Amino acid sequence: MVMTTIGVVFASLLFDRKRTWAGIRKGVRMFLGILPDLLIVLVAAAVLLALTPESVIIRLLGRGSGAAGIATAAIIGSVALVPGFIAFPLAAVLHRSGVSLDVIAVFITTLMMVGIITLPVERKYFGWKIALYRNGLSLAGALVVGLLMGLFL
Amino acid sequence: MKMAPRNIVKYVVAMMFVAGVFLSWRFGFAPGIAAGRSFRDFMLEMAAFLPLMFILVGLIDVWLPRSVIERHVGSGAGIWGSVWVILLAMLQAGPLYGAFPVAQLLWKKGCSTRNVFIYLGAFATIKVPMLTFEIGFLGLRFSLLRTLITLPVFIAIAVVMEAVLKAKGFVVLDPTTERRE
Repeated sequence: MVMTTIGVVFASLLFDRKRTWAGIRKGVRMFLGILPDLLIVLVAAAVLLALTPESVIIRLLGRGSGAAGIATAAIIGSVALVPGFIAFPLAAVLHRSGVSLDVIAVFITTLMMVGIITLPVERKYFGWKIALYRNGLSLAGALVVGLLMGLFL
Repeated sequence: MKMAPRNIVKYVVAMMFVAGVFLSWRFGFAPGIAAGRSFRDFMLEMAAFLPLMFILVGLIDVWLPRSVIERHVGSGAGIWGSVWVILLAMLQAGPLYGAFPVAQLLWKKGCSTRNVFIYLGAFATIKVPMLTFEIGFLGLRFSLLRTLITLPVFIAIAVVMEAVLKAKGFVVLDPTTERRE
């Protein structure tokens, strides 16, 4: 990613210096435009995660499989914001502690597709209505994924 | 750059949070320290991808003509348009909120509604860097099966989104220039 960006910036500079700076300026402006909202979202996510540490998540999900387990996984996955490099190790721990794979699939899929806590950022691009539609449909989709995974695994 | 009062409030809140973390750390308040640690992880993930992503979006914006996007991933592009946005999404990395500015760019340049949402679905669920991670922790069988099942699911979501938004008109806002709240 870093290499790609550096490569693109250099190629772009070779072709047209002025245009390159215009593009970079545009990108930086867009970044700064969304940064305040993003910071608030990340603060909220960090506080939420501190209130529900991993041990609590494992206890909540560990209780079960079946409908209750899937519902719990869907709720936690939809609300939480967890970086990928933490989500998968956490999923592996859950699996080792006996959580069934369909529940894990729902948890991961909702983590990836549904972002209740990032809605303030998403609505800046799509507006509340479309952001809610997309998240609602993704939640339903994640449940479908979980059910199918349960059938196959 | 002039800063909106609302944004100043947001920066102040974030700084108060950091100050709170510092005090927690100083006086050994465990939940505060835990929140600080998560916040650091989030910031690292964000800082690793977002600035570069935005610079690329800015450059693509000034270089890539609308006609190219429109021809390849617009409404008339058919199934290949969807294949293209899926491949584009799979090659990227980072959190989902990093995909929103790309979605905005695609939309602005004439990408179809369906393909915008296929892009978001693919970015969320089947990025290659993420898949390698997933395979490492949950196994190839799990990851492959999840990918194969999720693919039609997010395409279906995109088709539904397109159908729902057809009548209403689909707009992706640029948060820096447009104010329509």
